[in-house]
Amino acid sequence: MNMHLVIFSVISAVLISCALGVVISRNIVHSALFLLFALISVAGIYLVLLTEFLAIVQLLIYGGAIVIVILFALMLTRNEEYPRIQNNKLWPIAGILSVLVLITLSVSYFQSDVIRNASTTISPAGVKSLGSSLFTTWAIPFELASLVLLVALIGAIVIARSDKGGN
Amino acid sequence: MIGRMLSYQLLCSDLDTGATVRFMSDYFQDAVSTLISLLTLFSFLAVMVLSLVWLERKALGRLQLRLGPTRTGPFGLLQPIADAVKLVLKEDIVPNDAERVIFWVAPIIVVISAFMLWVTIPFTPGIVVENLENMGLFYIGAVGVIGILGLVLAGWGSANKYGVIGGLRAAAQLISYEIPLIMVLISVAIVTQTFNLVDIVNLQSPVPFVLVLPLGFVLFFVAGLAEVGRTPFDIYFAESEIVGGPFVEYSGAHWAVFFLSEYINTFAIATLTVLLFLGGWSGPFLPSIVWLLIKIYAVILLIFWIRGTLPRLRIDQLMAFAWKVMVPLSFYLVVCCSVYVFYEMPWWALTVMSLFGLLAVGVIIYRYITAPARKVAEVRERLRSLQMTQEE
Repeated sequence: MNMHLVIFSVISAVLISCALGVVISRNIVHSALFLLFALISVAGIYLVLLTEFLAIVQLLIYGGAIVIVILFALMLTRNEEYPRIQNNKLWPIAGILSVLVLITLSVSYFQSDVIRNASTTISPAGVKSLGSSLFTTWAIPFELASLVLLVALIGAIVIARSDKGGN
Repeated sequence: MIGRMLSYQLLCSDLDTGATVRFMSDYFQDAVSTLISLLTLFSFLAVMVLSLVWLERKALGRLQLRLGPTRTGPFGLLQPIADAVKLVLKEDIVPNDAERVIFWVAPIIVVISAFMLWVTIPFTPGIVVENLENMGLFYIGAVGVIGILGLVLAGWGSANKYGVIGGLRAAAQLISYEIPLIMVLISVAIVTQTFNLVDIVNLQSPVPFVLVLPLGFVLFFVAGLAEVGRTPFDIYFAESEIVGGPFVEYSGAHWAVFFLSEYINTFAIATLTVLLFLGGWSGPFLPSIVWLLIKIYAVILLIFWIRGTLPRLRIDQLMAFAWKVMVPLSFYLVVCCSVYVFYEMPWWALTVMSLFGLLAVGVIIYRYITAPARKVAEVRERLRSLQMTQEE
């Protein structure tokens, strides 16, 4: 029996149920908590694929920072009623659209050659090779990504400032 | 969970060669041995926490011209056990309006992240649950973030405005101080060219890194104090202002869990300071584990001393200090370390650059502290010149 497969399936089961919990749960903070567990399970899948660095980055950025920022926003919005997903009257349309997207994506995925051509061996990439390829082969995309983040940062500051200028 | 996953990952690292296929019994044996070492670690940490509670009460008492605990056992040594028994026997109250699930999950998240940190911290080269050779330092930086979530959830879940304020403050403070902390870890990794904590300690055998990176040491220690919410940085649960912040509605065993994780985190920060900057377990004559414990307790006494001496920072001072002093200086340190490695300078060059940064901190803090006095002097000067002109 392949232990690798067993652990992969367990993590995937947890991941899928947590992801469902994010969507189904009516309490928005419970959704955030489910999102945290789902993102940690994704880190687990990275570990199964022997990419430890990616797993820890996932834990640090998504599991930590992003979920905290989401909670930060939610904590300021607690009223008598929780914001409920069903309050939006367009939810059946949104549901149908997302199911259509899911069907399209999965059909195109299973028809493509990605699965058949995928290699069955895993070559783990160390931090050093990752770093050197980031700063040589992929230097320009990397710098562009950081530029985009910088723009987002400055944009957030500008939006927060313009509020103050009005007063 | 991730600790187990990581150790599993190391166990099955032969998968990439595909040469050997391991069977269930092998994994079972490995799992059992890891479980035993984890249990040993947990009981060790519990004893350490008890010793810290006693030491803190005793040291703080002496600093405040009191005796500290004296009645229970010799020198009050049994006091922490009495405290623990009291906490566990207390009634565990859950507020009516609280989000029950989140109220229960929050302390668990906090304590799990506190324990997860310890999976990869080595006491000596031999005594470690799982030395993550490629990832150790980075793993420590990442796991610390999860605990913040527990605090935020605890504050929100207890349906108390003080709790919510405390949770918000905790999120803001801990995320801000996480950045300089990780930057210092990165600069240590740049200098040593490794993430392996055992290697980092071994590289310090002639010169401990506190001499090479004095700025890094100060930044790490201060950011570490902020991360565990020790006194100058305890604004997020400040008892006299927001009556305990995220912990305000917790009682009995639940509160004890937060207390436990706070002490475990304090111990972790002290241990990491020793491992990264003070030469770890290296030292003459005594066995290495004894040296490590001596150094750790020295750092912990320093932390308690700071707690007994300094008042707490206001929230705006706290955030300004993080973003205007700590973050720029930690980036400066990373640049210094990169330059040092790139041009292959001698190690004292890094010391000089680092000291320069430290001097900058000193000047900034000095000018900040003396700012009111300077303003008064300026106003006086202006008044005097006004009087002079009137007399003329």
